[in-house]
Amino acid sequence: MRRLIAVLALLCALPLLFATPLAAQDSLPPAPYAYRQLDDPALEAKAHALMLTLRCLKCQSQSIADSDAPMAGDMRSQVRQRIAAGESPEAIRAWLVERYGDYVSYEPRLSPLTWPLFAVPAALLLVAFLLLRRRFGGGKPR
Amino acid sequence: MSDQAPARRWTMWLPLALFAGFVALVLYGMLRPASREVESAMIGKPLPAFALRAAVPERPGLSSADMQGGKPRLLNIFASWCIPCAVESPQLARLQAAGVEIHGVAIRDRQADVQAFLARNGNPFGRIGADDVSAVQMAIGSSGVPETFVIDGRGVIRYQHIGDIRAEQVPMILEKLKEAEK
Repeated sequence: MRRLIAVLALLCALPLLFATPLAAQDSLPPAPYAYRQLDDPALEAKAHALMLTLRCLKCQSQSIADSDAPMAGDMRSQVRQRIAAGESPEAIRAWLVERYGDYVSYEPRLSPLTWPLFAVPAALLLVAFLLLRRRFGGGKPR
Repeated sequence: MSDQAPARRWTMWLPLALFAGFVALVLYGMLRPASREVESAMIGKPLPAFALRAAVPERPGLSSADMQGGKPRLLNIFASWCIPCAVESPQLARLQAAGVEIHGVAIRDRQADVQAFLARNGNPFGRIGADDVSAVQMAIGSSGVPETFVIDGRGVIRYQHIGDIRAEQVPMILEKLKEAEK
């Protein structure tokens, strides 16, 4: 029985051996508003909506609202504090885009580089409409 | 009908050609190795104003005013918990030996940890600011550690080096510092 307990204890301790390097990323407590919501639910909703559309730069396929990376926590805290200070979400997004480029924002933006993404589907629809009208429309058999 | 035939034969392949082009574009985008680096958009812009308390008692804290005046300097974003930061320390020591002024920003770090890091890897920094919530890191568009920025004498960010400076990259960094003198 005692041996069984010893083995079990050893088994339980085993994951700790592998967990230490992961935990060693940094030892500071998270930023003040990384995991704490704003007291005003309306402001928190505003901040959360913005956080869902900002990219976590360390984990890259997650939003900062989704990520547990320390830097995402720092970004969340920054977003919440700025929202609480009365800054508009779009101003905060613009501040981040100024620093990290369009990459940091998940929200599609019209720019000299991205306009074809919006223009091409519209152009294709127009072409399809014209082609179909030529084929079926008019009612005049040729 | 007969004079239309050659034109129709040509246009018949157009949708397939367009589709093939689209597939080629998708394959190119998917097979090309993706860059994991996020470049700062702050190159060419003045260093944002900041003032950080000292990370260790042995060195003063760092403010944006310390990065202005005279010659270009290096701003090294590092952390004691970051292994590549330890790997690049001999290169920072070489740069310091070459007369380069290097200031550090310690990201999310404890005083004792920074002290142990500097004792182990040497201290090439003139000043070290403690950035507990990555505020300065965000302000300059840095997304990881280590990163090294060349700041010219007027306090303008001139170059960003992402990742550790490897031994063969030291001359390149010195070159960037010389370019920043202009």
